[in-house]
Amino acid sequence: MAAKRVIVIGGGVAGMQAAITLKNNGISPMLIERDINLGGKLTRWDRLFPCGTPANEVIGKQIESLSELGIRTVLCGEVSEITPSDGHVEVTLTDGSNYEAEAVIITTGFDLFNATVKEEYGYKIYPNVITSADLEDMFKEGEVRCADGSEPRSVAILHCVGSRDSQIGHGHCSRVCCITGVKQAIELKQAYPDCEVYNFYMDMRMFGSGYEELYKEAQQRYRINFVRGRISECSGTIDSRVRIKAEDTLAGRPLKMTVDMLVLMIGKQAPASNAKFASELGIGLSEDGFLKGVDNFDGATATSCEGIFVAGTATGPKNIGESMAEAVSAAMKAVEYVNRLS
Amino acid sequence: MMKKFGFTINAKRAIDLDINDRSIARQVAARVPSWSLCIGCGGCSATCTAGALTDYNFRKLHLLARRGETSALRKQLNNCMLCGKCTLQCPRGVNTRGVIAALMELLPKE
Ligand SMILES: Cc1cc2nc3c(=O)[nH]c(=O)nc-3n(C[C@H](O)[C@H](O)[C@H](O)COP(=O)(O)OP(=O)(O)OC[C@H]3O[C@@H](n4cnc5c(N)ncnc54)[C@H](O)[C@@H]3O)c2cc1C
Ligand code: SF4
Ligand code: SF4
Ligand code: SF4
Repeated sequence: MAAKRVIVIGGGVAGMQAAITLKNNGISPMLIERDINLGGKLTRWDRLFPCGTPANEVIGKQIESLSELGIRTVLCGEVSEITPSDGHVEVTLTDGSNYEAEAVIITTGFDLFNATVKEEYGYKIYPNVITSADLEDMFKEGEVRCADGSEPRSVAILHCVGSRDSQIGHGHCSRVCCITGVKQAIELKQAYPDCEVYNFYMDMRMFGSGYEELYKEAQQRYRINFVRGRISECSGTIDSRVRIKAEDTLAGRPLKMTVDMLVLMIGKQAPASNAKFASELGIGLSEDGFLKGVDNFDGATATSCEGIFVAGTATGPKNIGESMAEAVSAAMKAVEYVNRLS
Repeated sequence: MMKKFGFTINAKRAIDLDINDRSIARQVAARVPSWSLCIGCGGCSATCTAGALTDYNFRKLHLLARRGETSALRKQLNNCMLCGKCTLQCPRGVNTRGVIAALMELLPKE
């Protein structure tokens, strides 16, 4: 009997992990990725929390396994339609090509919040307001510079941009931006020890292993200033610096200051394709647009549509380890499912 | 009615980090490294006997010291009985008694 086939849609860390797990369990997987490269968001990140592992190392290992295992990969292929019909599923790409399999795992990931929506923070208006993703680009290039080419001497990092915000209808917490804020603050201090760094937060959410330790290191070893308070707005000064206004809520007093650079910790949002796939397949969608499994426990990676499984940040904000673990779970659910088919 | 004295830590003015002098805060942080670990939970002020009887708030006092808002703090600090209950309470292991000693020494006497 020919090996059962499973198509994995999206070649980020979750999709690659799912494909590897399928292959190791006797299934013939096929991985379809829209971009020219595999790796998803990690292709843009420099060093990862909590240990500073280079992002390239993580995806490099996965790409190596994919090729060692001879897993069929389609690049530059964007899936536009998923059509289940009893016992198999058809996947259609925007270029019109078609693939068929017994099951599908959706690992299409997340979108970065578009910071221009929060106009009050001046992204793309003031030259020294950047996002966490832009800062990763600078770390990758090897230096952090203000718009005029100078080294920053003071940087404010604002948490929760595009998350936990009723004003834009995003109720969810993006989960990784607190620890990213801590990580980036430390990296700034490592590169520029004289730079003053301020993190403005609503709550510090240090849920992962090693996160609280990193927070303490940021406080004690790097003397990063943590201010509990949300920046309400900022303005540009004549010398292109950024003037910010917040409340230091622990002091119960308004606070203002001018910094060379403001970094917005942008959140994760559900891609528009989630809603499309969910309605075509009749599977659930969370209030914030992430794909839903049948329950929050053992059924988190199975959906109400037979043969369709979900994993990674397509189902909600997660770190890399969690995305990979969920991918393994979804792959094993798919293995059980296809092996039950006659 | 309680008599109002001419000092308070609840000034209405905004904290302006562009002009505040934070050199004392830097010295305290260097002497008592654990001070930087404070998360503002208020355990210290909740347990503080002096805080239960007066408007002395140790959490707020040392936060303001951190921000360079030092006026009126030295006088407030006279409320402290150096009992050390706050140190026993702190979940971050801040040596609060060390912070008090450093502030008593470094804050200008009014
Ligand atoms: C600023 C920032 C820094 C971060 N740093 C860290 C860190 O240091 N450590 C950590 O653990 N986590 C970090 N994260 C989280 C990490 O990025 C995610 O956990 C991870 O990217 C999730 O992987 P994924 O495969 O679910 O999604 P993605 O990385 O989004 O990958 C999804 C893939 O699917 C593809 N795709 C989407 N739609 C289609 C389609 N229709 N057809 C075909 N392909 C499609 C996309 O092109 C993409 O390649 C960070 C997040 C942010 C925002
Ligand atoms: S992880 Fe932190 S910064 Fe990100 S949305 Fe949650 S609370 Fe806000
Ligand atoms: S108990 Fe410790 S952590 Fe909490 S406010 Fe006091 S010093 Fe800070
Ligand atoms: S040492 Fe001072 S601040 Fe601490 S509990 Fe005792 S009186 Fe309060």
